[in-house]
Amino acid sequence: MSKRTYPDETVGSFPAPPEEYEDREGRTIEIRRYDGEDEALVEMYQAFDPEDRAQGIPPTDTAQIRGWIDAVLEDGLDVVAWHDGRAVGHATLVPDEVDDSYELAIFVLQPYQGAGIGTQLVEFLLGAAQAEGIERIWLSVERWNTPAISVYEKVGFEQTNTDSFELKMSMRLE
Amino acid sequence: MKVLLGVGGGDDSRRALDRTVERTLEANDELTVGVFGSHGKPIADVERTVQRRLEEVDLDVEIRRIDEHPASKLIEIAETEGFDQLVIGGGQRSPMGKIELGSITEFVLLNAQVTVRLER
Repeated sequence: MSKRTYPDETVGSFPAPPEEYEDREGRTIEIRRYDGEDEALVEMYQAFDPEDRAQGIPPTDTAQIRGWIDAVLEDGLDVVAWHDGRAVGHATLVPDEVDDSYELAIFVLQPYQGAGIGTQLVEFLLGAAQAEGIERIWLSVERWNTPAISVYEKVGFEQTNTDSFELKMSMRLE
Repeated sequence: MKVLLGVGGGDDSRRALDRTVERTLEANDELTVGVFGSHGKPIADVERTVQRRLEEVDLDVEIRRIDEHPASKLIEIAETEGFDQLVIGGGQRSPMGKIELGSITEFVLLNAQVTVRLER
C-alpha cells in the first residue's frame, strides 16, 4: 500500500460553531463534544439508513454496532449533533498508529442530510482537533459520494492518491 | 472444484487463507495457492506463512511464487489453467473500520473472466 501523504500547506482557524443554531430546515441543532452518551449514539446507528452505509460501516446488527462504536469512541475525538434530545449526527477522529495521524468520518441520519449539519460537525471537530494539537488527518470516501467530497474540500481536505477504489483525502492542521 | 487462492502480505490475505483452507478440507476442492509480496511483506515470508498453515492441516497443495504483477498473473493462471474460481482477500480495515480495497483487488475484479470470490 502506498505511503500516506499530506499537503505541505496547513489549514487553520475553523469557525467555532454556536451552541445551538437552526439548520436549513428550521430545526434547532446543537453540536457538542461527545460526553459519554454512547447509548444515544447506538440508537442513532440503529436508525441509520443501510443505503447510507459506506465501506462496511456502520454495521447493521445492534451487537456489532455496540462493538464498533466502543472501538471508535475508545481513543478518538468525537462530536455529536443533537435535535430534540436525539443524536442525529456524529463526526469522529480515530487514531492511526501507522503514521501517528487520525482518520476522520462523519455520519448524519438520513432525514438530517442536506441541511448543512455535516459541515458544522466537521468544522467543530477540526477546531477541537486543533485545540488538542492533532496535526495530520486523513479520510477515505467512495468516489461517487460527491456531496461528502465537496464538504471535505470546502473545509480544506486535498485529494491524495488515486490507486484504490476509494478516494483518499488528507489535511495538515496549523 | 479447482480453486486458485492469491495470498499476499495483508491481514485480509491471512483470513482468506484460513477460510479457504477450511473450505478445501470440507469440500475436497483442488487448491492451488499463488503467493506474492505485498503490504511490506516479502514473498519469502508470505510463502513460509502459507506453508506452515498447510502443514498444520496436512494439506498437499501446490504453491506458486508470483514475483511480479500479482493481479494480472493470478488472472492468467486462473484463465489458462482451467480454474473454476479465483479467491482473494476482501480488503483491509482502516482504523475506523472502513473496508479498503487495494489496487490488486480492483484489477482482479475488473479484469478476471473467471468467478472471483472476495473472502471476508
